[in-house]
Amino acid sequence: MATKEDLIRLERPNSYIGRNLTRSRARRAVAGRGQYTDDVLMPRTAHAAFVRSPYAKARIMRIDTAAAKEQPGVLLVMTGAELAERCTEPWVGTLTCFDGMKSAPQYPMAVDLAVWHGEPVVMVVAETRAEAEDACELVEIEWEPLPPVAEKETALRPGGPVVHPAIADNLAFRKTIDTGKVDEAFANADIVIEETFEFGRHTAVSLEPRALLADYDKGTQRLTIWTSSQCPHMIQAVFARTLGVPEHNVRIVAPDVGGSFGLKIHTFGDEVAATAAAMALGRPVKFIADRLESFVSDIHARENRVKGRIALSKEGVIQAVDIDVLSGAGAYSQYPRTSVFEANQILNITAGPYNHKEYRARATVVYMNKVPTSQYRAVGHPIGNSVGEALVDLAAEAVGQDPVEFRRRNVIPDEAFPTTIAAGIKLQDMSHTACIDELMKRMDYDALRAEQAVLRRQGIHRGIGIAAFIKGTAPGPSGYYGIGGAPIASQDACTIKLEPSGGVLCMVGVTDQGQGVDTVMGQIAANALGVSMESIRVISGDTDAVPYGGGTYASRATAIGGEATYQAALALRAEILVLAGVLLQAEPATLDIVDGIVVDAGTETPRIPLSEIGRIGHFQVAELPNDVKPVLSATRRFRLTDDLYIFTNGIHGAYLEVDPDTGFIKLLKHWVVEDCGRVINPMLADEQVRGGCVQGLGGALYEHCIYDDAAQLQNGTLADYRVPMAFEMPDIEVAHVQNPTTISDLGAKGVGESGTGAAPAVVMNAVNDALRPFKARVTCQPMTPEAVLRALGKV
Amino acid sequence: MTMNTEDTAEITCTVNGERVTRTVRVRQHLVDFLRGELQLTGSHLGCEHGICGACSVRVGGVVVRGCLMLAVQADGAEIVTIEGLTDSEEVADLQENFVARNALQCGFCTPGMLMTAAELLASGRPASREQIREFLSGNFCRCTGYHAIVDAVEATLRQRLEG
Ligand code: FES
Ligand code: FES
Repeated sequence: MATKEDLIRLERPNSYIGRNLTRSRARRAVAGRGQYTDDVLMPRTAHAAFVRSPYAKARIMRIDTAAAKEQPGVLLVMTGAELAERCTEPWVGTLTCFDGMKSAPQYPMAVDLAVWHGEPVVMVVAETRAEAEDACELVEIEWEPLPPVAEKETALRPGGPVVHPAIADNLAFRKTIDTGKVDEAFANADIVIEETFEFGRHTAVSLEPRALLADYDKGTQRLTIWTSSQCPHMIQAVFARTLGVPEHNVRIVAPDVGGSFGLKIHTFGDEVAATAAAMALGRPVKFIADRLESFVSDIHARENRVKGRIALSKEGVIQAVDIDVLSGAGAYSQYPRTSVFEANQILNITAGPYNHKEYRARATVVYMNKVPTSQYRAVGHPIGNSVGEALVDLAAEAVGQDPVEFRRRNVIPDEAFPTTIAAGIKLQDMSHTACIDELMKRMDYDALRAEQAVLRRQGIHRGIGIAAFIKGTAPGPSGYYGIGGAPIASQDACTIKLEPSGGVLCMVGVTDQGQGVDTVMGQIAANALGVSMESIRVISGDTDAVPYGGGTYASRATAIGGEATYQAALALRAEILVLAGVLLQAEPATLDIVDGIVVDAGTETPRIPLSEIGRIGHFQVAELPNDVKPVLSATRRFRLTDDLYIFTNGIHGAYLEVDPDTGFIKLLKHWVVEDCGRVINPMLADEQVRGGCVQGLGGALYEHCIYDDAAQLQNGTLADYRVPMAFEMPDIEVAHVQNPTTISDLGAKGVGESGTGAAPAVVMNAVNDALRPFKARVTCQPMTPEAVLRALGKV
Repeated sequence: MTMNTEDTAEITCTVNGERVTRTVRVRQHLVDFLRGELQLTGSHLGCEHGICGACSVRVGGVVVRGCLMLAVQADGAEIVTIEGLTDSEEVADLQENFVARNALQCGFCTPGMLMTAAELLASGRPASREQIREFLSGNFCRCTGYHAIVDAVEATLRQRLEG
């Protein structure tokens, strides 16, 4: 536990907390010296490529691999059935916390039934990737195509096609949250507004695709996997269990990771196959997904239709919100995280900033013959926020209030926290009102409205959007993974050690994919310990080196890993001070550590440097009394206890221009004010927000995995699937209201996803603000030019 | 270039100032050659179909997509990769600004982004933020949201123009 003095140290003006330090990994990357999985070289490495199903649903009648096996360079050809024999048991992507959830057993490659376009069917391993791909062309498969489930709207129809014979209704999961008097509230309301919203599928498109290099040493029975991953320990558990290798014999190393965004918290069948090949061949096997196969094998996300209603008094007070979510999963629920979190989060957070007492939210998740869906940055939040904030805008319009004023009156006021929102979740340390005030200042809102009015008279159609949000970050073990039975730690850990030189090693279970997690952990440890950043080395991303942890997902690295690091550093500090007390014959409480030197507390008179403590503690131990046994190391773990998440909140503003003739949307400016609690490194926090926003804007405006009636992906190339590029994106102004969470001593909440979670909501509101004079409204995402023109009745 | 068989050919080119001669498969693209044969792993592959710009390298003084060019087409050419660009210190100021401004997160796009930005800087002309964005719009970055990249390029341009 942090003492009062420790907490004061966090606030010191020259402290590492709140400082814009740069990242050493960035220094390496700008020189082209990053080391990503494909850059790791092992002697005799072979390369895997996959034959994937060309059909959304088809029975495999016969596979002939003879010609492929004859190809030059080919070392191994393995079918799904052959791989299944090497696996302990199939994956079933359910969690026990999701009552009644069903999913079909899944093998890493299709065995006799392929259920999505892109599912791996046969693996070829050869001396080079090119040779493996050549041989893939020669694998002959006789298919019997079957009618697929192509649309979520019809998936539940009795008598229609089914994804898996064992799940005759295609239903994955249903859930309802209901406060009980929703119908009454709607019946008594002065105004009721309804709308239906449609959200397209999109996918993560990390610039570095999924990547893995597996090596099995038969002598030591050691399996080592270098992989572009956010969650090394989870991968360790899944691969070990699937391939029947003891977990402690599996080492997972995540080198530099070229973007992840939730994609790389998952495990994929092709990766298991390549690892099985490494075990079978006794040679390292590399699998680097190419972009085309990424589109049909990386998890997809966001496909949802949401019907929403909002009930109001004529004074403009929200009485009730009611949403009905139809969520389109893929062919399997993604193991081990499941494909139902998106719907679950929509239910948790929709209209979460507001004070209504009645709320009903229903979700139905259905299977389709498409790529499995799962967690992608800000799971569910882009949808829940878009729906909630669009309804709030419509409500404001209905009572003739400015959308900001309407929000001000309806958000839960800052002083009301802690409180339980209508979705049944306890929230604390929130700052809606403070965030609104700050946003108004930064946007110069009134001036912007005036400019909008002037331009409108000139035929220029600009829109101003506002969207408030809440965001669940840093989940605890009582909600899903812990209690649901998946081998995924919600707890995280840090081991910190004082070396003989006085240098400090800090091993953390959370991982760095470029967010700056290593730097942030270093800042926290340096502050708590009283040493310089230069004397700390942070180590992450290697299961052989770091204490067991969950890795980086759900905006948890700083909030959970940071607190573990903070507590571990405080514990090491306490031990150092005890040892210094012995050496100096002083009370530890009268000593402090400043800049790596033990000093007299208060006067800061130097007494003994940490290099001396390290030297004596490791080498000159004979100088110590016999009962003093220095460890000079501490491990601390941190988890949430009573809370589901550490919730954050904030508000976005957007300014854009819509061309009513072409339907083109030009983003002009974007503002974010958010409360991630104590900010450790403002520059890195801001960049998380900015990057997150652009990812949200991509989904809101451009990105879409388009399927045809046969459930074939139509645009699986980067030429056809549009991502946001520099020219289309606006400058993004970011500000923080800092309301430290009371859940931890450090007070940091998560920050990595909130931009993605709220940006789609604010642009949708801004587009509709621009279209208001036309009485037109866009209710689908992506908001393509065609969607705008359709709303305008022009196509 | 000497054709050895239908499948391979011998090429000689200058890579980062060093002359190299290698036998390559005629179907191998330039970045596979640079990464695989020469172990210059700073050039990345994000799509291998010409969209993302992660593979940008300089060939004969011009930035090209290394995934759209065959290694055999580089026979006789001068090639500069991020490794060479770094060693020459031509963009040391830009790299410094990228680090200072945190204009990269995962860093996978960064070598390509720097290659492209170097071309803008080399033109010696001032550019607005809008123009910088347009110049960089063939390079996909999934992490940063571009704002910080534009800041870093803008700052470098300003520093250079102010001498
Ligand atoms: S890898 Fe060459 S443009 Fe993407
Ligand atoms: S920094 Fe990750 S893609 Fe640009």
